[in-house]
Amino acid sequence: MATRIELEQLTVDYGAEPVVDGLDLVVEPGTLVALLGPSGCGKSTTLRAVAGLLRPRSGDVRFDGTSVLPLPPERRPVAMVFQAPLLFPHMSIGDNVAFGLRMRGVGRAERRRRAAEALEQVRLPGVAERRPGELSGGQEQRVSLARALVLQPHVLLLDEPFSALDASLRTEVRDLVGELQRSAGVTTLFVTHDQEEATVLADRVALMLDGRLQQVGAPRDFYERPASVEVARFFGTANAFPGAVRGGFWRGALGEVRVDAPDGPGTLLLRQEAVRLVGPDHPGADAVVTRTTYTGTGVRAWADAGGTEVALVADPSARVAAGDRVRLHLPPDRCTVVRS
Amino acid sequence: MAAPGLPVVGRLARAVGLPLVLLGLLLPFLPLLLWSVAGRYPYPALVPTERSSRPVRLLVDPSSEVLTGLVNSTVIALSVALIASLIGLSAGRALGLHSFRGKRLVQFLLLAPVIVPGIAVTLGIQVFFIRYGLSDTRRGVVLVHLLAAVPYVALVMSSVYANLDLRLEDQARTLGARPLQVLLRVTLPAVAPGLAVAATFAFLISWGEYVLTLLVGGGAVKTLPLLLYAYLGSTDVPVAAALGLALVLPPVLLLAATSRFLAGERTPLAGFGRV
Repeated sequence: MATRIELEQLTVDYGAEPVVDGLDLVVEPGTLVALLGPSGCGKSTTLRAVAGLLRPRSGDVRFDGTSVLPLPPERRPVAMVFQAPLLFPHMSIGDNVAFGLRMRGVGRAERRRRAAEALEQVRLPGVAERRPGELSGGQEQRVSLARALVLQPHVLLLDEPFSALDASLRTEVRDLVGELQRSAGVTTLFVTHDQEEATVLADRVALMLDGRLQQVGAPRDFYERPASVEVARFFGTANAFPGAVRGGFWRGALGEVRVDAPDGPGTLLLRQEAVRLVGPDHPGADAVVTRTTYTGTGVRAWADAGGTEVALVADPSARVAAGDRVRLHLPPDRCTVVRS
Repeated sequence: MAAPGLPVVGRLARAVGLPLVLLGLLLPFLPLLLWSVAGRYPYPALVPTERSSRPVRLLVDPSSEVLTGLVNSTVIALSVALIASLIGLSAGRALGLHSFRGKRLVQFLLLAPVIVPGIAVTLGIQVFFIRYGLSDTRRGVVLVHLLAAVPYVALVMSSVYANLDLRLEDQARTLGARPLQVLLRVTLPAVAPGLAVAATFAFLISWGEYVLTLLVGGGAVKTLPLLLYAYLGSTDVPVAAALGLALVLPPVLLLAATSRFLAGERTPLAGFGRV
C-alpha cells in the first residue's frame, strides 16, 4: 500500500517569479524524505502542490506512476499535518480525529472506534470527549497527527509539524512521528528548515535553496560530502578555503591536502569538528587563535593562519585561549573539494 | 489575608458601578411598565390609581392591528437578517480575506449608506420603487431596510473573516472534504458566532426602523414602530406604553440569546471595528 511519489520538473509560480523551479524528486515507497531549506525556499509550496492545494504551472506529480494533477485535494490518497494543529474549534477531539472518516462515509460506531485507536497510537487515550483548547500545544499537534494517520493514507505530508512546539516537546513529538511513520510504512514527505530534524528523522534529505534542489542524499552525505559551498554552509560547515586541485592535491593558503578530485579551481570544505590541533613536530599549518567560545560540549575557536580564518572545535578540556600559537592539521579523509 | 489595594478599588467600582449602570438602563422602562397596566394614572400619583388590563388586551386584539404590525415587523426583520447575512457572508469574505482592485472604493460604498442619511437616499430611490411596483409592499420595505443593514453586516463579517484561519479549510480539504462540505462543516461553524451577531444587528436595524418604512411602505405596510408612533400622537398613553414594551422586548430577548457570542472568548470578533 506504500506509494512511490515522483515529482517531475515541478514548477510553481505566484505571479511572475517561479517559487519552485523545475524540481525533480522521488520518494521511494515507505520512506521518509525531508525537504529541507530556509524559509521562502519553496519547500512548503512543493508540499502544497503534492497535496493538491495549489496547481503547478508545469511539471507533474505522480503517485505510483499515475499523475494526480487532475485530482482535487480531497480525492488524493494524502493526509497532511500543518505547522499549527488546526483542530476544528467547534468539534470535540474525537470528532476532529474522525473528520476524515466521516467525509469518507464511515459509520458512526466505526468512526469512534478508529478515532479512539488513533488517539491511543499518539499516546492520548481518553481525550475524545475533550474540546480543542483544553489540551496543550504538543497534545493538540499529536491529535492533528492522529487525525491524519487514522485515514491510513498512502502518502503523509508534514509541513514543519514541530516548529511551533517547545524544544523538549519537539523532540518527543519528532520521535513519535518517526516511530509511527516506520510502523505504518507510509511514504512521507516532510518539510522542515531544521537540518538536525531532517538528519534525525529522514531516510533521505533533499536540500532546497531558492526554489531549486541543491543536493539529494542520505543525511550523512550532507556533512561528509556536501555538493556545494552553499549546501555545506546550510549544514553548518564553517570552513571553505579557495584554491586549486592539480594531480590529486589541493593547494591553497593553508598548504597541500591530498584529495580525490579532478584538476581545476576548487574550494576545500572541512567541518570545524574535523580540524585537529597537533603538536609542533607534526606537519600542519601554523596559526594564532583569535577568539574562543566555551559551549559546554566543546570549545569553539577561530584561528588566523596567515590571513585565512579557520574555525575549529576543540575538546572541552583543551585550554585554548586567544593569542595561543597552534598548529592545525586538516585530515584529508574529512576534506571535500567542490568546484568554485 | 489582606487583599492588595487596587483589586479592592476594582471590586468597589464593580459593586457600585454595575448596579448604577443597570439602573440607568432599566429605570426608563419603569414608567412604561406602570403606564401599560394603568386604568387611571392622574398627576401627581406615584403609581396608577386604577389598574386595567385594557392596554395589554388591546395588543392581542385582532381588530387593533397590533398583531398585524407584530407579524409585519417580524417577517420584515427576519427577511432582512437572512438576506443581509447571505450578502454579508460573501461580501465579508471578499473584503476580509482578499485584496483586489478597488477594494477601498467598495469599502467606502458599503459605508456610504451609514454616512448619507437614509431618508435622503430613500426619497431618491422611491421614484424607482413606485415605477417597479415595490412601493407600499413588504418586499419594498425589506429592500430599503437592507440598504441600512447590509453595511453593518458586511463590516462585521469582514472582520470575522479577517480573523479566520484559512488553513482550517486547507486542512479540511486534505482530510477529504469537498468544497461544499468544507463550507458547511468547517467555515460556517467557525464564523457562526460572528454571523449570529451580524444577523442580530440586521434584525435590530430593521425592527426599529421608522422613517424608511413610512416612506416606502406608504402607511400600507404597518410595522410596530409605525403603530407606536400613531398611538403616541393620540392621547392613549397606556396603549402607547404597552406597545413600547412590545417593541422593546423581542430585541432584548434576542440580544440576551446572542450575548454569549459578543462576550465569548472564542468569538473571532477581536478585530471588530478594525475596518
